[in-house]
Amino acid sequence: MGTTASQLGKDLLSEYQRFSELLSKEDRNLTSVPMEKVLSLPELKSNPFRKRICHVFSTSDMKDGSLTFEDFLDLLSAFSDSATLEIKSHYAFRIFDFDDDGTLDGGDLEKLVNCLTGETEDSRLTPEEMRQLISNILEESDIDKDGTVNLSEFQHVISRSPDFVSSFKIVL
Amino acid sequence: MANSVDFNLSPIMELELESLREDDTAQDSMCQLIRVTGTGLESGSPETLEMEVLTTEGRDRMASQMSDVRERADERRLQRSEESMQTDLLVRNRWSAATLRVLSSMPSRSVGQQSRLEIISQCNIRSTQLRRYHRQNQDVSLSSRPRIRGYGIEADSEDVCEEETKRQELVINLQSLSAGDRVRMMRATPLSLAEKTKLRKLAFSDKVGQSLLSSQVPCCSLLKRALYHVLFGCLFILSSLQLWQVALKRLGGRFGTGVLSYFLFLRTLLLFNVFLFLINSLFLVLPQAIHPPLHTPSSHRVTGLELFTGTGYLSNSLMFYGYYTNSTINTSCRPDEATAGTGCGTTSDPHMMAYNIPLAYFFTIGITFFITGIVLVYSMSKSFGRSFRVFKSQGNLAIKVFSSWDFKVSKKMSVRLQSENITTQLKELLSEVNGGEEEKGRLSGMALHLLAWSISLGSTFFCALGIHCFAKHMHLRRLEDAEGEVSLVHEARLLALPGVVSCGNLLLPGLFNLVSWMENYNSPIVRLYVSIFRNLLLKVSILGVLCYHWLGKIAAEPEQHGLQCWESFVGQELYRFLLMDFIFTVLYTVFGEYIWKLFSQGVLRRRRKPVFDIARNVLELIYGQTLTWLGVLFTPLLPAVQIIKLLLLFYMKKSSLLVNCQASRKLWRASQMSTLFISLLCFPSFLGTSVSVIYTMWTIKPSSGCGPFRNLPFMFHSGKQWAQELKSTNPKLAWLNWVHSCLVENPLFLFLMAGVFLMVIYVNTQVLDGQRKIISLLQEQMENEGKDKKFLITRLQAIHEERQRPLSPSSRPQPQGSEV
Repeated sequence: MGTTASQLGKDLLSEYQRFSELLSKEDRNLTSVPMEKVLSLPELKSNPFRKRICHVFSTSDMKDGSLTFEDFLDLLSAFSDSATLEIKSHYAFRIFDFDDDGTLDGGDLEKLVNCLTGETEDSRLTPEEMRQLISNILEESDIDKDGTVNLSEFQHVISRSPDFVSSFKIVL
Repeated sequence: MANSVDFNLSPIMELELESLREDDTAQDSMCQLIRVTGTGLESGSPETLEMEVLTTEGRDRMASQMSDVRERADERRLQRSEESMQTDLLVRNRWSAATLRVLSSMPSRSVGQQSRLEIISQCNIRSTQLRRYHRQNQDVSLSSRPRIRGYGIEADSEDVCEEETKRQELVINLQSLSAGDRVRMMRATPLSLAEKTKLRKLAFSDKVGQSLLSSQVPCCSLLKRALYHVLFGCLFILSSLQLWQVALKRLGGRFGTGVLSYFLFLRTLLLFNVFLFLINSLFLVLPQAIHPPLHTPSSHRVTGLELFTGTGYLSNSLMFYGYYTNSTINTSCRPDEATAGTGCGTTSDPHMMAYNIPLAYFFTIGITFFITGIVLVYSMSKSFGRSFRVFKSQGNLAIKVFSSWDFKVSKKMSVRLQSENITTQLKELLSEVNGGEEEKGRLSGMALHLLAWSISLGSTFFCALGIHCFAKHMHLRRLEDAEGEVSLVHEARLLALPGVVSCGNLLLPGLFNLVSWMENYNSPIVRLYVSIFRNLLLKVSILGVLCYHWLGKIAAEPEQHGLQCWESFVGQELYRFLLMDFIFTVLYTVFGEYIWKLFSQGVLRRRRKPVFDIARNVLELIYGQTLTWLGVLFTPLLPAVQIIKLLLLFYMKKSSLLVNCQASRKLWRASQMSTLFISLLCFPSFLGTSVSVIYTMWTIKPSSGCGPFRNLPFMFHSGKQWAQELKSTNPKLAWLNWVHSCLVENPLFLFLMAGVFLMVIYVNTQVLDGQRKIISLLQEQMENEGKDKKFLITRLQAIHEERQRPLSPSSRPQPQGSEV
């Protein structure tokens, strides 16, 4: 991390501080923070999508969700105020794509709804409701009727929602 | 015999997408969709297949014109039975390896795992499109027949050289764009940070780019942006973002966007009033306060009641109209002379500046109304633009699922609350979407509705009538009282009329709620609109009656009502109304909400707390603001009272909400509701008040004993006089007078403006219609493309299976090996 630190601008100092705090107890030679440490950030701790976020922004070869400082900056940039709708919808799509196959099929949507409705049993939807919900979602957003929602369809749905940009935000 | 699969879309069909505005994101995504869906058929299959009949059929279909789309739809219907069999194949899991390879390399599916190459290619395409759009900006040809422009995304290969060339191409494209566009394009690409730094170094290598690298934007666009912000944003949005941010976040997180929209509306009103107050105090109150006029000090006993009635020593203060002089103040006076109360005489000091109070009064009020009107109309149009969708969709479920999670929420408790909220909303939406309508008896339903409407309209009418009679009675009583000596009881009687009106405002909405509960509407949205309409009608009729009283009766014959200064009287009345309204709101909040909560939880044993009635509270706010606007002409400091009232109201409602109420389980379309509120504020409220203010200024004779317009036949004559004076003293500014007489006094100008306005609206609606038609055509086309895709994939799979089957000698085709 020595090289990146030496080229760091003043405006990145606070982010670098937060990031290096995560590494304080570990070996200083590590360039990437393991996923468990990232998940201990207070902003991500209770977020149901935290594991997916780590996987999406991680560029490590081992696919273990660990983040380097640049990945961390990418994460913050995508969730910041100044990211455009395109970027946010792109990353949102990747976060919601639980099986990483490039589209949101029925399984992805089911996992997404389960994340939204919470962990406890009584807050989840019944299987009947879930089936109905997924078929309604596909009916509304799947324009080419192939049974999945691809990125363009997702972005089309998102563009109709005025609240997306303001809700897809994480502030350190 | 075997033809290679060759679907070349671009020369055959092109959609003139430039007739749609380029920077609309919804339409952008629509373009993307078409591109991706259309070219999904272009990906080369690793195995060539015989599809002779299919290719010719396919080509015919592709080559047909848009007008044949409907024909195609009919054709499709015939093949539906075949298709249903094929769709079964599509959802099967046992795809062959070849089919899987084809599926996974389709551009619409590989978008999620986009390699850098893919993203760069897309960025390339978009920058080319942008460049082309800018060049062809002048001639936007609106062809009647839409054509699809196939942008041909080539199949990606993992070749590094390929990536490099793509990158170079992108850099060249970026350099050909304007600087601002370049920055925007870079911002909008979802590449990683390292990639972007590399690209930036390459693309911004020239001098202009160097300045951009240090995040400076060229000065003219900066100026434009700054001007834009100053005109509309600075006044309104920037300052509003900071106030009460934390409290609003907490409320929104706990109660949802519906309740939050009420508080945001409150904040908006507060800003309007702050603006009014600042302008008034700066140009009107301050000059008059520094140079108080001469008048005989009146002996009034100081009792606490003055604060409520506005009479007594307050009536001769800066609060009301009667205090202001009709003279010109000369600012060369020294302050100590002014406080001695002798006033400033005219001196022959050549450096003195004259400040004409009547003129200042007239222009201040006029200009504040004008600016408020412009800001209202602008925010209403923005709000409309946000909530009105050209592309109508059936439901909100997909939007809800994809965009309702607020990532800012970090506390465990709030996260759980949010999950619960989303669950209930999803369940409600599901039941609304899928619930069938019960067939009630039509006749009984109609009779019930008729009864409900007659009850509400009748009660409104009787309320208005009652207020009219009561007001007349109170005036007679006041005349009698005025002949006797002034006592506390007589002063308190002044509060009777406002009290009665506030009572009516409080009780009748309850009656309307009861009536609508009895009616039992199917859709909650219809119920909401009906209740808003009834409440609005009530308030409009009450205010109408009062205005008639004040402006029609009192102002016309002030002597009959025993008034020296009718404007001050009207100002005091409005002040009293505002105060009583506030007092009754406090009482309602304390008794209505708190005690009702105790009652419902203790006695009725209901587990759920009462729900905050948003529509009713918002209409209360609008009513209060209408009173303020009505009164600003007569009471320049009334906005200050309204500001204090709104501040107290905010904290009171917030604490009441946190203690007494709970989140509603009903869906609340926040953006449409805020549009509704702003348009209610603009149309009945602001329009009505501006009409009455204009009526007052133009047609009512000001009282001759007090106020700045003492000796004038009408209020606006002050402006006219000044214009004439200007013509005589300063001939260079004579054109102002001409402009004034042309624009303000000539009704033709107003008609012209109204005509232009209507034409603009008409043109916009036509454009909207056209866009809707295009969108529906595009949607149909996309569906058909999707069906084509499904069809081809299933045929691919079927043929592959056929080949795999070892014992079918007759139908084994000879594979031709033309590799793609």
